[in-house]
Amino acid sequence: MSTIITCNNLTKKYGNMTALDHMNLTIESGKIIGLLGPNGSGKTTLIKLINGLLTPTEGTVEIEGHKPGVDSKRVVSYLPERTYLNSWMKVSELVEYFADFYEDFRKDRAYTMLQNLGISESSQLKSLSKGTKEKVQLILVMSRDAHLYVLDEPIAGVDPAARDYILNTIITNYNSDASIIISTHLISDIEKILDDVIFIKNGEVTLHSTVDEIREEKGKSVDALFREVFAC
Amino acid sequence: MAWTLDEDRPIYAQLIDEIRMRIIAGIYAPGDKLPSVRDLASEAAVNPNTMQKALSELERSGLVSTIRTSGRMVTEDKNMIDEMKNKLAIEQITLFFEKMQQFGFSREETAEFIQKAVKGEIS
Repeated sequence: MSTIITCNNLTKKYGNMTALDHMNLTIESGKIIGLLGPNGSGKTTLIKLINGLLTPTEGTVEIEGHKPGVDSKRVVSYLPERTYLNSWMKVSELVEYFADFYEDFRKDRAYTMLQNLGISESSQLKSLSKGTKEKVQLILVMSRDAHLYVLDEPIAGVDPAARDYILNTIITNYNSDASIIISTHLISDIEKILDDVIFIKNGEVTLHSTVDEIREEKGKSVDALFREVFAC
Repeated sequence: MAWTLDEDRPIYAQLIDEIRMRIIAGIYAPGDKLPSVRDLASEAAVNPNTMQKALSELERSGLVSTIRTSGRMVTEDKNMIDEMKNKLAIEQITLFFEKMQQFGFSREETAEFIQKAVKGEIS
């Protein structure tokens, strides 16, 4: 099993606020990982550092040995927390747009998922509901044959039935050498599809374990453990 | 339909229980080829690595074996399946006795209840 992400003393400060505090973390390939933590714990900061949208104040992050950049973006498929797509574009145009951008984009996969979720490819993005827009974005991201998928809050605005479909798509579509990092608050919905969970709090990793180790050792679900550890 | 899984037990252990139950119930008959890891994982709505782990455990117990080409099959050894069935029956009865003991019934009293229930004297 090889390593896909290595963080060494990774630190990010915004002014005098420390969002990530000397984080050391390795993530292996072939795993689905839940990145879990309360609001403001540093999840999105970590994700943005991995995707090169932020630069570290100190320390490094490497993806398959590369600093974030062209090489890493070729193999990382990223779903940001906010939409960046042009709302005037039609769904089919977005598919072409992604196919142009990424060599590893699979149009057939995108169209199959769009069809299964009943999304018309001739709709303009701006005519779609919030949840449907999110589905379109996630479909675009999951239609790449990436080595790493980084999903920041992928299912928050999506109805439970579509959520099941999306999670199933993740399980059945992803290549077993690839890894997926999912940041979310909806732990109980995704717990069963995770290998590992990472708890982060105040910019530090407080737990990195497998779902079944947690259940075995604590006799409770990850969701229950989260509620206990981060009780307000 | 996703498989029903508890919140507090390891997922792979519950997958083992479910597959074992299906073998005992004949849903997966002796000598049958099992669905692929990916299909089973998708059906159960769990991580494929977790399903893989459950199947490896079942392989170790001998209930399931790898076929040369690819995939897995249920053992053809009916005795082994029967043994498993008896073992599970004893487990269930033990649990039931424990529960009845909490209500204050001895094993004999519990057995009497069962006799009556079988004859339809109580409902």
